Amino acid sequence: MAIDLRTVSITPLRQTFGHLARRMGADKPASRYIEATMDLQPVENYHYRPTWEPQYEIFDTTRTQITMKDWYALKDPRQYYYGAWTLARGRMQEVAEGDFDLVDELGLAAAYPAAGKDEALKVFLPLRHVAWASNLNKAYVSSYGYGIAISQAACYASMDQLGVAQYVTRLGMAFNDLDALTDAKAAWLNGAEWQELRRYVEDLMVEKDWFEVLVAQDFALEGLLYPLIYERFNEKLNAAYSPVFSMLTRFQREWFGETTKWLDAVLKATATDNADNKAKLAEWIKHWRDRAVVALKPVAQLAFGTEADAIMAELVQNLNTRAAKAGITL
Amino acid sequence: MSNAFIAFQKNDESRCIVEAILEDNPGAMVDDQPSMVKIDVPNRLVIKRETVEEKMGRSFDLQELQLHLITISGHLDETDDEFTLSWNS
Repeated sequence: MAIDLRTVSITPLRQTFGHLARRMGADKPASRYIEATMDLQPVENYHYRPTWEPQYEIFDTTRTQITMKDWYALKDPRQYYYGAWTLARGRMQEVAEGDFDLVDELGLAAAYPAAGKDEALKVFLPLRHVAWASNLNKAYVSSYGYGIAISQAACYASMDQLGVAQYVTRLGMAFNDLDALTDAKAAWLNGAEWQELRRYVEDLMVEKDWFEVLVAQDFALEGLLYPLIYERFNEKLNAAYSPVFSMLTRFQREWFGETTKWLDAVLKATATDNADNKAKLAEWIKHWRDRAVVALKPVAQLAFGTEADAIMAELVQNLNTRAAKAGITL
Repeated sequence: MSNAFIAFQKNDESRCIVEAILEDNPGAMVDDQPSMVKIDVPNRLVIKRETVEEKMGRSFDLQELQLHLITISGHLDETDDEFTLSWNS
């Protein structure tokens, strides 16, 4: 008996969802990120206005002074949708946990010189409160932002900050158990060095324009704070003591490097959209950058003494370069 | 002039590689088969790491593409940044 083998090609009727095909201008397969992001937020037929702010719709473009022809231009170059984000963070966390385990197993934290511990705890531990404030502020951006592109990425960043706060806390516990946390809280509430920074993040908790909060918290403040602590201060501790501090802050360093790419892409897309945006962003960055410098200077002095001014000037320079790359002239 | 070509299994990752190839190789011809995609480019086909990374949204090692590779034709030149297939003509 002869068997005749034939290939039958069955082409799918459509490659992706209709709204994505219209957006891309062609019916071609879309990435999971695009499928899980584009046009997901309702834009019409709202029934009720928020009882606490009846001048707005539930999702309202006028909650910020920034305007966009297309809010979904604020894409995330990392292409994080929920699944991709949890996988990426899971991997980062596994590596970070490995470092904590190693430090624990070999007794490295206990062997860290007492002077180094003091220095690290004094400069670093109050930052757990900053991370928590950052969580709140990013959550605000996420809940009042317009379009899933920006609100989902802000939500992930917000949750990431809870992780950061936990890692800061665990470093404190490794160095000086619960006393480290009590002392850090006392410093945050009463220490003169910390009050400007505290005022900065607390002012942002009542700032209404969500895009301004994003610029102030993520770009101006964290764009200076993370390089200051996780690069400069880290290098100083490493040179003087041992790389244990680096090992226990690995998550934050990786997180900042990666999140910077997202934020810079968002700023660039916003500035590209129209000239008013560009001017507004420049105004916000200048305002909040200068405040951030005032807020961080006492912390930098705590960490670096007389070198603080030079280091802050350099970090500001780097931040300005980032803004310039995003097309924002300050 | 002969075509340099490369064929991949169809999946999420290889779709990004294909998009990158199309962007970097004007004149590329796509042959979409069920579960396979083949790309022909006259004379020289190049895959650039940077473009693939941009499409994928993560860092990419060009050797990863072997995971999805079915076949190639052309002389292969591989660096950290580019994967090039070409004919000497």
